[in-house]
Amino acid sequence: MMGPLLVLWLAVCLSGTWAVDRGNFKTCDQSAFCKRQRALKPGQSPYRALLETLELTNTKLTLQLINDNNKVRLLLELYRLQGNMTRVKINELKPLKPRFEVPDVLINDPPTEPLSLLSQDENGVVLSLGADSQRLIVSAKPFRLDIMEGREVLLSLNSRGLLAFEHLRIRKDTKVDPEGTENKEENEAANEPAEGEEKAKEDEKVEDGMWEETFKSHTDSKPNGPSSISLDFSLPGVENVYGIPEHADSLKLKTTDGGDPYRLFNLDVFQYEVFNPMALYGAIPVMLSHSAQRTMGIFWLNAAETWVDISSNTAGKTVFGQMLDYVQGSSETPQTDVRWISESGIIDVFIMLGPTPTDVFSQYASLTGTQAFPPLSALAYHQCRWNYNDQEDVAAVDQGFDDHDIPYDFIWLDIEHTDGKRYFTWDPHKFPQPKDMLQGLLDKRRKMVTIVDPHIKVDSSYKIHNEIRSKGFYVKSKDGGDYEGWCWPGNSGYPDFTNPEMRAWWASMFAYDQYEGSMENMYTWNDMNEPSVFNGPEVTMHKDALHGNWENRDLHNLYGFYVQRATAEGLIERSGGVERPFVLARAFFAGSQRYGAVWTGDNAAEWDHLKISIPMCLSLGLVGVSFCGADVGGFFKSPSTELLVRWYQTGAYQPFFRAHAHLDTPRREPWLFGPENTALIREAVRQRYALLPYWYQLFYHAHHSGQPVMRPLWVEYPQDTATFSMDDQFLLGRDLLVHPVTEEGARGLTAYLPGKGEVWFDVHTFQKHNGAQNLYIPVTISSIPVFQRGGSIIPRKARVRRSSSCMEHDPYTLFVALSPKRFAQGELYIDDGHTFNFDKHKQFIHRRLFFANNALSSRNLAPGSQFTTFSWIEKIVILGASKPSKATLKTPDGKESLLEFDFDASMSVLTLRKPGVNAGVDWTVVLQ
Amino acid sequence: MSCALLLLLMSWALAMRTGAAVEIQRPRGVPLSKRQFYEENKPFTCLDGFSTISFDRVNDDYCDCRDGSDEPGTAACPNGSFHCTNAGFRPAFIPSSRINDGICDCCDTTDEYNSGATCQNTCREMGRKERESLQIMAEITKEGFMLKQQLIHEAKRGQEDKQGKLTELQGSKKDLEEKVEALRTVKETAEDPEKEAKERHLKAWGEQKELIRMEKDKTRMAEAFLELDDDADGYVSVAELQSHLELDPDSDGSLTETETQGLLGGADKVDTSTFETVWSGIKDKYLSEGQSDPPAPVETPQEEETRDFVSDHYPEDYAGEEEDVEEDEEDDDHEEEEEEEKVPPTVQTPEKRADDEVSMPPYDTETQSLIDAAQKARDDFDEVERALREVDDQMKNLEKEIGFDFGPSAEFAYLYSQCYELSTSEYIYRLCPFNRVSQKPKFGGSETNLGLWGQWAGPEDSLYSVMKYDHGQGCWQGPNRSTTVKLTCGKETVVTSTSEPSRCEYLMEFTTPAVCQEPASLDEVLQGHTEL
Repeated sequence: MMGPLLVLWLAVCLSGTWAVDRGNFKTCDQSAFCKRQRALKPGQSPYRALLETLELTNTKLTLQLINDNNKVRLLLELYRLQGNMTRVKINELKPLKPRFEVPDVLINDPPTEPLSLLSQDENGVVLSLGADSQRLIVSAKPFRLDIMEGREVLLSLNSRGLLAFEHLRIRKDTKVDPEGTENKEENEAANEPAEGEEKAKEDEKVEDGMWEETFKSHTDSKPNGPSSISLDFSLPGVENVYGIPEHADSLKLKTTDGGDPYRLFNLDVFQYEVFNPMALYGAIPVMLSHSAQRTMGIFWLNAAETWVDISSNTAGKTVFGQMLDYVQGSSETPQTDVRWISESGIIDVFIMLGPTPTDVFSQYASLTGTQAFPPLSALAYHQCRWNYNDQEDVAAVDQGFDDHDIPYDFIWLDIEHTDGKRYFTWDPHKFPQPKDMLQGLLDKRRKMVTIVDPHIKVDSSYKIHNEIRSKGFYVKSKDGGDYEGWCWPGNSGYPDFTNPEMRAWWASMFAYDQYEGSMENMYTWNDMNEPSVFNGPEVTMHKDALHGNWENRDLHNLYGFYVQRATAEGLIERSGGVERPFVLARAFFAGSQRYGAVWTGDNAAEWDHLKISIPMCLSLGLVGVSFCGADVGGFFKSPSTELLVRWYQTGAYQPFFRAHAHLDTPRREPWLFGPENTALIREAVRQRYALLPYWYQLFYHAHHSGQPVMRPLWVEYPQDTATFSMDDQFLLGRDLLVHPVTEEGARGLTAYLPGKGEVWFDVHTFQKHNGAQNLYIPVTISSIPVFQRGGSIIPRKARVRRSSSCMEHDPYTLFVALSPKRFAQGELYIDDGHTFNFDKHKQFIHRRLFFANNALSSRNLAPGSQFTTFSWIEKIVILGASKPSKATLKTPDGKESLLEFDFDASMSVLTLRKPGVNAGVDWTVVLQ
Repeated sequence: MSCALLLLLMSWALAMRTGAAVEIQRPRGVPLSKRQFYEENKPFTCLDGFSTISFDRVNDDYCDCRDGSDEPGTAACPNGSFHCTNAGFRPAFIPSSRINDGICDCCDTTDEYNSGATCQNTCREMGRKERESLQIMAEITKEGFMLKQQLIHEAKRGQEDKQGKLTELQGSKKDLEEKVEALRTVKETAEDPEKEAKERHLKAWGEQKELIRMEKDKTRMAEAFLELDDDADGYVSVAELQSHLELDPDSDGSLTETETQGLLGGADKVDTSTFETVWSGIKDKYLSEGQSDPPAPVETPQEEETRDFVSDHYPEDYAGEEEDVEEDEEDDDHEEEEEEEKVPPTVQTPEKRADDEVSMPPYDTETQSLIDAAQKARDDFDEVERALREVDDQMKNLEKEIGFDFGPSAEFAYLYSQCYELSTSEYIYRLCPFNRVSQKPKFGGSETNLGLWGQWAGPEDSLYSVMKYDHGQGCWQGPNRSTTVKLTCGKETVVTSTSEPSRCEYLMEFTTPAVCQEPASLDEVLQGHTEL
C-alpha cells in the first residue's frame, strides 16, 4: 500500500528537476507574522519603562513596560547570570492566557548573581554587572537596554525601536478591540488588495493572516490570533556574526537587506540548495558576534517559527568606500544590527558576554549542556545506504570491507528493513534473523544502526500504534482527534514527544525484550523528526495541531529535540544506565547536543554540497553541536569518482563520518571504483582511524567544557581578521588545521596557516611551515592537506584494524610538534570507550603530555580517576627536533633506560623507538 | 577457479601423505617458503633489503622494516602479513592488523595468541568440508567439462551445418535470383499484349457506354418535352418552362420571363428539334415534376453525436486507468496498455448507384486468355521472389548466428535461441542468452525488460565468465535497467539466483557446462606444488 503513495508523492515532489521547489516553502512575505513584523521599520519605540514599577531582588530586576499606543503592559525581567551572562525576559504583564515558555532546553534554572543599582533618575537606571566595570543601562523613554563596558557599548536592545509584542486578544468579530496597535500596521496593510476597499473601517483592524492564514492548500486556523514577538539588537564594533543554524550558507552570516531573513523552522526540505537563508531540518537560535576585541552570543530561547534579520552599516560598502571613510576620518564605528522575530511565545534572551570565544562556549554550555560523549566507535567510520537489501547484503558488504582491508564500525539500515515501515519491526523476508546478523557483526566487533522514525503507521494490527493510540499519546489535531498525516508508511500518527509520559513509554520500547531482534551492538537513527508530514503545510505538521494545551506553533522547533532525547534515554535505560547511547537525528534544537549526533540531511552529490558541509558543521559547532557530519558522497544523485574520493577525504576529518546514498543511486561501496580509488578511500579511512585517540579526546573536552571539536580558525586566532570569514578550512581542536580539497580537478590550493611566530607541520611529510602565511600547496588526488600546530602533541594509533574496538588495547604513537621555542603540550584521554563509568566511577586516564627543556613527560591530569589500560607508548615522533646524543626513559619505579632513536636530518624528525611504557603511568624521556 | 581448488585439494592430500603437517621451527607468522630469510641469531635484513636489524627485533612488536617483514607475527607493521599454517586445511596469509584483534581469522587459532579471544581450531572440520565440496566440485567440473566437449563438438557441427546451409542457401539464392530475372522477363512479355487487349476492350466498352448514355439522354429529353409541353401543342413555351424554378440562372427565387426566354435561346417557344439545344443547357438542373423534393440531407448529426461520445466519455475513463497504473507498486514505469485506437466511426454517405449503370461485358476469349497468361506469369514471378526473400532472411539469420561470439570454441552456441527461467516469490525471471533478460510478476502485470544482449564482460583473464545485458526498460529518474549474468561451471544449464544489488541493476547467476575448465592433471599438481 505505501509503495504507490511514495511513488505518487515523489512524483509530485520531483517533477523532473533537481532543485528545491521553493514554492513549497514560505518566504517572509508569505508568513503573515513575519510580514507584519518586518513591515515595522526602525524608529521611535512606543514602549516606555515604568520606573515606578521597578523591583530589585537578590536574583532579578523586574519592571513594567507600557506601549503608549495601545496601553498594553509588558513585564520585563532582568537577570545577571553566573559566568558573565545577562538574561532578558519580556512577557505580557497580564496575558489573556499563558504564553509558551520553552521547557527542558536549559539544563537548570541558571544560577544568578545579584544586580546592584548604581544610579537611578527619571530617565532610567544603571545597574552593575559585576566585574570589568560592566553596566546595564535601562532607559525609560523610549525603552532600551544598553550593556556597557567602561565607556563602550557592547550591545543595545530596542535601540532601533523594533520591540513588538502582539498581545493576546479576543477575536474582533466577538469584541471590538479598543487598541491602536494595529494603526501603524494598518497603513502597511493598506496596499494589500483586501476587499478592494480604499478605507478600512475603524473597527476593522484585523489584518489578513491574523486569525487565519492559508498557504497553498493549507489553512492554519489561529484560534489564539496574532501572538508574534520581535526585538532588535545592535552590536557596535561588530562586523561578523555567526551561528543560527541550520542553513546551507557561508559560515559568516550575510546581511539580509533586500532578501529574506534567515529562517529557523524545522522543515524537511527536499533537495535543498546551497547558499541561501531558507530554513532546514534543525534550528538553534543562537548567534555569535565576533570582532578582534570581543566575542559575544545571543541565545533567543524560543521554539516557534523564527526569522532573523541582519544588517550592517559596512556590509554595503566597497573596500574603496571603507578606505575613503578611513582617510576622511568620517568612519562611523562598524555596527551589525540584528532583529529576531518569532511567531509566539515570549522574549527570553540570554546575552553571553564572552569576552573570548572559549568563554562564550562555556557560557552557552552552562545553559544548555554539552555534547554527549559518544561511544568511541561512533567516531569511527559509518557505512550507510538506503538501503542494504537483506541480511545477505549486509553480510556481503561487511565482508567487502574485510576483503578490501578498509575499517568500518557501523553498518546502517534505512527504512526498508522494517516490516512495512513499522518501526521497531523487521521485514520478515529480508531480515528474518536479525540477531544472527547482529551477532555476525558483533563477532567482528562491529555495530549496526537501525532507523526509528517518529511517524507511526496507523494500523490496528501494529502494536506500537495501538499502544500510543490507547494511551492517548498522539499529537491531536485542532478538532481534538489524533492528528494524522502522510509519511513513509502511508497514513501516520505522530506521538507527542513533548509529553514526558510519552517519552518514558517510547524509551521503554528500546528494551531488548520490547524491540525484538535488537542487541547491545544495535543503535538508533531518528530521521524525519522535524516532523516531516508529506501532505502537511511546508511538508511538516499543521501549526494548529495540539501537544496537550500547546499548539505546534509554540513548540514546533522542539519536536525533533524531544524525539532524539526520548530515544537516547531508551538506549541508556536498556543497558541499565551503563552504556552510552548513540542516536543520530536530522532535526534539532538548542540542547540537542546532549543527546547525540546530527547530520546535514539530504544533500546532493555535488561539489557545492561538499564545500557547504564545512560551514554547516562549523556553524553547528559554534552553538554546541559538535557531533556533526554530512552524507559522504552526497545523498541525492551519483557522485563522480573524484567527488566521492574527495568527500571521503573531507569526511574523514569531520566529526560524524558516514557515507550514505539514495535508494535510486547506483551502489557506491568504497571498492566499486577500481583499485586506485579503493586505495585512496582506504587511506582516508585509515587516517581517520589512526587519529581516533585525538578525536576521542576532543569529544571528551566538548563533553566536559562545551568547546567545539571542529572550529573556525577565528576561534583560536580571534584577533586575526584574515580568518573571520574563512570556511574552506578549519581546525580540529586547537592543534590540527585541515584544508580539504573541495574543488573539482584541483592541482593546488592555498591554505592559510595562522599565528605569527608559530609553525605548522604537514602531518604527512613533516615539512615545517611558518604561520601567518598563505601557503600554496600542490595537490594530487591523494592529498588531504592537514597540518599540526607547532607546540602540540597528538596521540595516534598507527595499527589500524578492521574496527575501532579491535584497536582498543593497541599502543600509541605520540606526534610531538615543537614550537619555535622548542615547547609542546598535549593530552591523552583513555577510558573503556563505551560506558558511563568515566563519569560515574571516574574510570579514565587523563594525562598531560608536555615537552620542555628537552624532556617529554606524561603527568596525571586527573588524580581522582582510576583506570588501567593495556595500551603502551609504541613510538614518539618529534617534529622540528635536533639530534640528541642520547635519549633516556625514566619511569616511576626509578628505572632508567636508553631509547634507540632515528634522526632524519632533512626534515628534523626524531623518532624514539619503543619506549614501551604503559600509557597510563608517569614517565619522562630526556634528550641529551 | 575450479582448477585452483582442485590443485589445493591435491596439495592437501600430498601433505597428509608426506607428513608435512609437522611444524618446522621458524618465527611466528613466517611461511615455510620464507624460512631461510629468518635465521636465528643472525642479523635480519628486511626482505626489501632496505635495512638490517638484529634478530631480536624480529617479532618484537615494533615495526622496523619499511616492508613490514620484521614483524610477521605481530600487528606492529601496517603493511605486514601473517601466515597461518592451518594444518588440516589450507594455509593462508592474513593482514597483520588481524593478529590479536580478538577475532579468529586462522582456523588453527594462531592469529589470536595474545588477545584473550577463545578460538577453536576448526581446520580439520573446514578441511573435511572443503574436501567434500572440492570433490563435488571436481566431479561437477569433470562431468561439466565432458559435457562442454560435447557442446563444443555439437557447436562445431552446428557451425559446419550452418556454414553448409549458408553455402547451400547462397547457391539457391543465386538460382532464385536468376529465376526471378527470367520470370520477370516472362511476366513483362506477357503483360504487354494483356495490357493492349485490355485497353482495347475498355475503349470499345467506353464507346458503347457513351451510346447508351446518349440514348438515355434523348429519352429523358423527350420525356421532359412531353412533361413541359403542358398544352401538348408540340412546343415548349416560356410560360410552360417558367414553373421550373430550379432553372433560375441567378438563383434569386424567381424565374422571370426574360430569364426563361434566355433559356429558350431567345425564342418564345421551341419545338422538339430546337429543344435539343435548350435541353443541353438545362438538363443538369432540371427536375422531373414527379420528384421535385430535394434529397434528404446527409446525416451529419449522427457524426457529431459520435464525436461527443469520444470527447466526453473517453478522457474520464482514461484518467481512471492512469490512476490505476500509478498504484502499481514499484513498477513505476509500468508499460501503458496499448490504447485502442478510438476512431470515430465514419458515416457512410450513401453512394448513389446509378441504377441504370450497366456492367462491363466480359472479356472476349482472346483477351481473357492473354490476361490469364499474364496472371500466371505474375504468380510465378511472385512465388519465386518470395522464395528469394525467404532465403535472404534465412541467410541473414544464419550469418547473424555464425557472427555471434559464442566463446573460444563456440561452447555457448547451444544457448542461442533458448530461454531459462527462475521463479522467485514475486517474479519469474527469464534469461534468453544472447537475446534478453526479463522479469514478469507472478500475479499479473506486464513483463519488464531487464536488458538486451550487450557483450561478454568478464575480467581479462576470463572474459566469458560474465554476460552483460543492457538498455532494458528505463527506470524512473534513473538509468535503463541492466543485468549482469555470472556464469559458473555446472552440469545443468540453469539460472540459480537473481538479485538487484543496486536499483535497476540486476545480477543473475547461471550455471552451464560451457564454462567448466579442464580439470588439472595429477602431474601438473605435483609439479606445481613442491613446497610441501
